[in-house]
Amino acid sequence: MRPRPGFVLEVDRSTPPTLMWKGEGFGLVKLPVGSRVVYAPEPFEALDDPEGAIRHALEHPTGESEPLSALLRPGMTLTICFDDISLPLPPMEAPDIRQMIIEAVLDEAASAGVDDVVLIAALALHRRMTEPELRHALGDRVYDAFAPHGLLLQHDAEDPSNLIHLGVTKHGEDVEINKRAAESDLLVYVNINLVAMDGGHKSVATGLASYKSLRHHHNPETMTHSKSFMDAPASELHSANWRMGRLIRDAGVKIFQIETTLNTDTFPGNFQFLQKREWEWSLKDRATFLAASKALDAAPPKMARQILHSIKAPHALRSVYAGEVEAVHEKITADVWAQQGVAVAGQTDIVTMGLPYISPYNVNSILNPILVACLGLGYFFNLYRGKPVVREGGVAILFHPTRPEFHPGHHPSYIDFFEQVLTETTDPVVMHEQFEEAFATDPWYIHLYRTGHAYHGVHPFYMWYWCSHAMKHLGRVIIVGGDPATVRRMGFHPASTLDDALEMAKDVVGPDPTLTHLHTPPLLLADVT
Amino acid sequence: MERKLTRFAAARMASAFGSGRGAQLGPLRLVDTAPPSIPSQDWFAVAPLLSGICGSDLASVDGRSSLYFEDIVSFPFILGHEIVGTMVDDGIAADGSALTKGQRVVIQPVLGCVARGLEPCDACRSGEVGRCGCLSHGHLKPGLQTGFCHDTGGGWSDGHLVAHASQIFAVPDSLGDDDAVTVEPMACAIHAALRAQAGADDTVAIIGAGTLGLGVTAAFGFLADTGRAQRPARLLVAARYPVQRQMAAKLGAQVVDPGHLDRAVRSATSSLVVGRPSGRGGLLSGGADVTIDCVGSAESIAEALRITRPGGRVVLVGMPAKVTVDLAPLWHREIELVGAYAYGSEDVAAGSEVTFDLAIEMAGSLHTGRLVSAAYSLDRFEEALAHAGSAGPRGAIKIVFDVRPKRAVTQRED
Repeated sequence: MRPRPGFVLEVDRSTPPTLMWKGEGFGLVKLPVGSRVVYAPEPFEALDDPEGAIRHALEHPTGESEPLSALLRPGMTLTICFDDISLPLPPMEAPDIRQMIIEAVLDEAASAGVDDVVLIAALALHRRMTEPELRHALGDRVYDAFAPHGLLLQHDAEDPSNLIHLGVTKHGEDVEINKRAAESDLLVYVNINLVAMDGGHKSVATGLASYKSLRHHHNPETMTHSKSFMDAPASELHSANWRMGRLIRDAGVKIFQIETTLNTDTFPGNFQFLQKREWEWSLKDRATFLAASKALDAAPPKMARQILHSIKAPHALRSVYAGEVEAVHEKITADVWAQQGVAVAGQTDIVTMGLPYISPYNVNSILNPILVACLGLGYFFNLYRGKPVVREGGVAILFHPTRPEFHPGHHPSYIDFFEQVLTETTDPVVMHEQFEEAFATDPWYIHLYRTGHAYHGVHPFYMWYWCSHAMKHLGRVIIVGGDPATVRRMGFHPASTLDDALEMAKDVVGPDPTLTHLHTPPLLLADVT
Repeated sequence: MERKLTRFAAARMASAFGSGRGAQLGPLRLVDTAPPSIPSQDWFAVAPLLSGICGSDLASVDGRSSLYFEDIVSFPFILGHEIVGTMVDDGIAADGSALTKGQRVVIQPVLGCVARGLEPCDACRSGEVGRCGCLSHGHLKPGLQTGFCHDTGGGWSDGHLVAHASQIFAVPDSLGDDDAVTVEPMACAIHAALRAQAGADDTVAIIGAGTLGLGVTAAFGFLADTGRAQRPARLLVAARYPVQRQMAAKLGAQVVDPGHLDRAVRSATSSLVVGRPSGRGGLLSGGADVTIDCVGSAESIAEALRITRPGGRVVLVGMPAKVTVDLAPLWHREIELVGAYAYGSEDVAAGSEVTFDLAIEMAGSLHTGRLVSAAYSLDRFEEALAHAGSAGPRGAIKIVFDVRPKRAVTQRED
């Protein structure tokens, strides 16, 4: 049966309550009559023969590129870079798409007699992956073939001996990336395009860059002028990455780009009800919902997190293209929009979002308050093309407990950002000017980033900058169920229930507001007209 | 205060339910007693107006003072060493000036050699009266200070106490009573700030933001503003309660949650954490140049040693009792651990100045009476001490006894 497209439901008296994520749990919320609910399209069918599709893509490149086999020769240096733990969400059931593609590339390389091959996880300033995470992404066969020999690396943005400065764009942006990758005869990049902003020149220009390079676009100015990140022509972040990517290309770095889309089959087995439309829940779905929501509510947050983070998504490969960066990206982005796009007519006064337990930056970790803000205002708010779902001056209502909890090993600088920066200012521009450099150059954060599993010291700033556009656009941000002190420290407003939040919102948007709820996950992209 | 072991034991048990609770069962009683007699020439009677409750007073009331003090106090005694009062008769001040009956004065309570009728010891001769070692000699019974000596009386009295001329400082008219009652703790704070020997590039961490912690914070600003000492580059104050945090911020400090002081010091000094990726409880590779411990507990001393850089200095201002602390970092990192008790004279940029003179000036310029949160009459001493023992959580800083005639209990606005 053909999957049904996404659509916008208008809530009436007969509409059942709406599923609402609230961190490590979920519940049902009765939205006001007249509200709209934006539902994601149903997951596309998986490809029947993903391995065959991958091989076909490698040998039938997109854009001006030779087939992979023609680019490989004995004696050459080959570097295969791949997206890190931040994609996909939740992590997919084995085999991971990275494993499938890298095995195919390695088969080609072996056939061509290439023996100088290095794998690099394109971390940018993210945390290093653990061995189990790498094994999951690459499979045991690849891991065991490369890791013991020091040929499976994780990009180190703070290792000056393994960075190369390729030049400065016309806009004055330094382009400094991983030296091994840049100097290889061929750089193969394996990309997972979970949303429309992933991939393209961003893969190398961001994933393999240094702080010196990243700071040119990961800043409040760029983020404020990216409307949205998912809409390339309107995204300054996209433009900066394209300028840098073209400089990388013109500097002679030979890139063979492989991009993929996954379908939005997000939750497995018993959790499938989480991606169904509520009025279509079966008796079993209702029972599972009741049992799961009660159990998660009763469980300590740590245990609830462990349960939820053990979920592996049944994502399946939907499309794969390989070849020249821009041509590949154009096709893949069209596929992402085909899977996730939903037409939404007109803006709303209030947008509501239930924030789940996971974001790109807390896989196997804690969604701390800064990441809560980033997930709601940086990501969900930006899941649009054309205009934001909520009008300028409108209100965003997020659902999340927003406890002041942090993973000390993964997010050490976040703790200090919360204690030392957010107590002084919530203004991205002010913190960029007054605090960023100290965090970015702090030797302990650098030490933990390089040797542990910590995000770079500057990372919480970047998460806050992701919110810049939303914070400027919105008249108020309300977090239902959020820890009041934590929410207030971030400059937002806590509310205990949706009704309370709506009363607070009316102070900003007037007495009879329109409301739109983004029913995600699964991921959706609102095409707002 | 009486010397009754059973009452001390009861106080100690009661204080387990909160500092200051020892007042209900312990050695402190409200009694009618004859005022102390004038010990000798140059002693004068002073009638208290306000008298503060200090951490050392609470330790006494709760039976938690160190046995170290046993030989330098004399029972029974009247507590109260933070005192603003009036001269009962004409008298003479420490600087030799004449005082008239009714004139307001503050008492520098240390009972050094001069007050005891002794030839000054080396410390007293050099103006370091706080370091006087003759606290149980001379014509007075033992007592390190007024408020711990049987013969002098103390500030928690609506009668009068007696003070030697060397202890008496005139209060300028510009100072309110609230400002004046903070002169003694501010003198301690100034002394502590100067004991820090902090330079202009230094990072100073202050543990605790009660009267002393805030006083030391204020003292750094006062000494720098008046050109008497350098202003440290960074002043981090660990303050738990909102009133403390607000006051510390007003005084120009970077306010830190106590649970995150180590992290704040680490980032302020760009240090690494030794062996603890989480950063929790680990030793810093560098750290604060000076840490001022205004708490005096085993935990605070241990934290001070952890967050102070090798070769740095820890100043112990909060009165400790018997504590168990691992001194390995002190030895290995060659950290100086110094005490800061009381006052005397201070070496400042312009030369030597009397600490109490500095404190009077500071109390006037910064209006340190802001720290006084509530005043009680003596008959409500149990409430007062309970309030003082839980000042922070109850939004207070300094609690005082008000023994001025016809004054009701008052609660200050800020």
